[in-house]
Amino acid sequence: MSITKKNKSKMSLAGRRAIFGYLFILPFVLGFLLFMVKPLIQSFIMSISEVSVGANGFEMTYTGIDNYNRALTIDPNYTRMLFDEIGKMVLNSVATIIFSFFIALLINQKFKGRAIVRAIFFLPVIFSSGVIVGLEYNNTLLAGMQQMIEESSTSGIADTLEAMLANADIGEGLLDTVITLVNSVYDIAIASGIQIIIFLSALQTIPRSMYEAADIEGCTKWESLWKITFPMISSMFLVNWIYTIIDFFMKSDNQIIQQVQNEMVRNLDFGYSSALAWIYFGIVIVWIGISSFIISKVVYYYE
Amino acid sequence: MSKAKAVEGRRSFSERNRLSGGYLLKKTAGSVVLKILRFVLIFGLCFMIIEPIINKFCISIMTEKDIYDTTINILPRHLTTSNYAIASELMSFWEALGNSLWISIAVSLVQIAACTLTGYGFARFNFPLKRLWFACVILIIIIPPQTISSSLYLHFRFFDIFGIFQAVTGEPINLRGSVLPYFLMSAGCMGLKNGLYIFLVRQYFRGIPKDVEEAAYVDGCGTLKTFFRIMLPDAKPIITSCFLFSFVWQWTDSFYSSLFIGGKKLLSTGLASLADNYSNYISVVFQRSGTLSEGALQQMNATGVLMVVTPIILLYLIAQKGFVESLSSTGIKM
Repeated sequence: MSITKKNKSKMSLAGRRAIFGYLFILPFVLGFLLFMVKPLIQSFIMSISEVSVGANGFEMTYTGIDNYNRALTIDPNYTRMLFDEIGKMVLNSVATIIFSFFIALLINQKFKGRAIVRAIFFLPVIFSSGVIVGLEYNNTLLAGMQQMIEESSTSGIADTLEAMLANADIGEGLLDTVITLVNSVYDIAIASGIQIIIFLSALQTIPRSMYEAADIEGCTKWESLWKITFPMISSMFLVNWIYTIIDFFMKSDNQIIQQVQNEMVRNLDFGYSSALAWIYFGIVIVWIGISSFIISKVVYYYE
Repeated sequence: MSKAKAVEGRRSFSERNRLSGGYLLKKTAGSVVLKILRFVLIFGLCFMIIEPIINKFCISIMTEKDIYDTTINILPRHLTTSNYAIASELMSFWEALGNSLWISIAVSLVQIAACTLTGYGFARFNFPLKRLWFACVILIIIIPPQTISSSLYLHFRFFDIFGIFQAVTGEPINLRGSVLPYFLMSAGCMGLKNGLYIFLVRQYFRGIPKDVEEAAYVDGCGTLKTFFRIMLPDAKPIITSCFLFSFVWQWTDSFYSSLFIGGKKLLSTGLASLADNYSNYISVVFQRSGTLSEGALQQMNATGVLMVVTPIILLYLIAQKGFVESLSSTGIKM
């Protein structure tokens, strides 16, 4: 006891802080080492070998990068789907972030019935989670109904808008983008439940005195949005951005996730499906790394 | 009396408007337009979110023949509560509700405690390999649990820490079929999407100025005391949001639940197998084989979803006052 005390007092402040830091992140370190490392390594080994289910569990024979080769050069669908999903992801995550920021600003204002509105915007969090989302995707009855309604109504809002924009002489590509976004407003609203709450809780921690001071100095609402609100919640932008990307990549209606599951469950090709998954992860990680590096340049911390 | 006052008020408004050279009217009109726009926007969005739920509710209280009746849009012609009775029987609703409640609350408390500590550690301390560990945090958000499920299963079937148990008792322990593995994983921040909570908490704590912490140290607070007395109360909004997420995801999660808590009846696993159970039930009761009609299955699913979701919504509404509304009072930031 006395020895450790002596050691501690001899240690520099930085050293003691480091020890405290490790104590604080201890739960995570232990959890990661105990539960994550082994499955991760196992799945990686699977991806570089030929796996067959034998009498006594899995049998693996090392094949090098064969699985990766097969995915990238032989499989006709995989690379196409990869580019497809990445394109969709970039568009959707930008739309989701903007939408959720806007909504959070909107429902952070004071108005009658705010509590109810907030509760309603919490619903997507529930309905986009766990078992419920699986049931929704299989809801063929609802899909059939929607189709019937769409067919019976001659011109919906989206059609009118499409006609209007087509006459407005803007580029074909932009037009398509806008139409896709308008058509997927519901999906975006459902997907941004979590982001809205994160933004909302960040907005609530901004002290009101800041806005008051700015107001007195003659700052307009628009200016204080960019000079106060934006920097103060910029750190949550980073979280939301990363979460949105991940959420989109891991959705169960994502073509690649479906293919990974197909290979695993139907074809029992564990090696190949692990390779597919690892390529996918690699791309996600690189994309997250690049974009969050750029974003973190603008993020403002009180340091 | 009040009328006279109102007239006086109105008169003074126009007078004030004249005095301000039309500025007052412009401003009032502007804010009214803004209010109306905001109302329309919020109402539309809320309706878009609620509409499917109303739809589900209506489907769940109608008889099957009403679904196929094209003259019925929303309001059912033949009311029935039998869907609810059957669903509650098949899911053993009350038992599952109790189980779901205590497991969700306990698991999310453990997860949030572990994640808050970890997040604080990442935000406020410098230590070797910090970047590497943080990369691991991002990694655990990215990897979907499905991909590692099979090896996790084996891991807990033959649980061991560096062969210690094997050496002591002769064989590894079987941790399957109890709640323990899941609590262990939660305490190690390895539950559902726990990386997100760590990240959130870390971002939040990084936003608190260093001066606050230094002031506490100067006043004689130790590291732990600073954390519990100064930093933690300030982070209430973020921690409550994390708790809400964790609770909801735990409540509706069927993946980890069926993997680890197999024996216990939970609402989420009950809901996942509700449709199958229903067709079994029908074939046993009516001695009728073959698949069930699409309408009846969807009706059952809609009923089940509503029954699972209603308790969370009720809890949220009860807790909301404590959660969201009082949050603006916290904050010692400045």
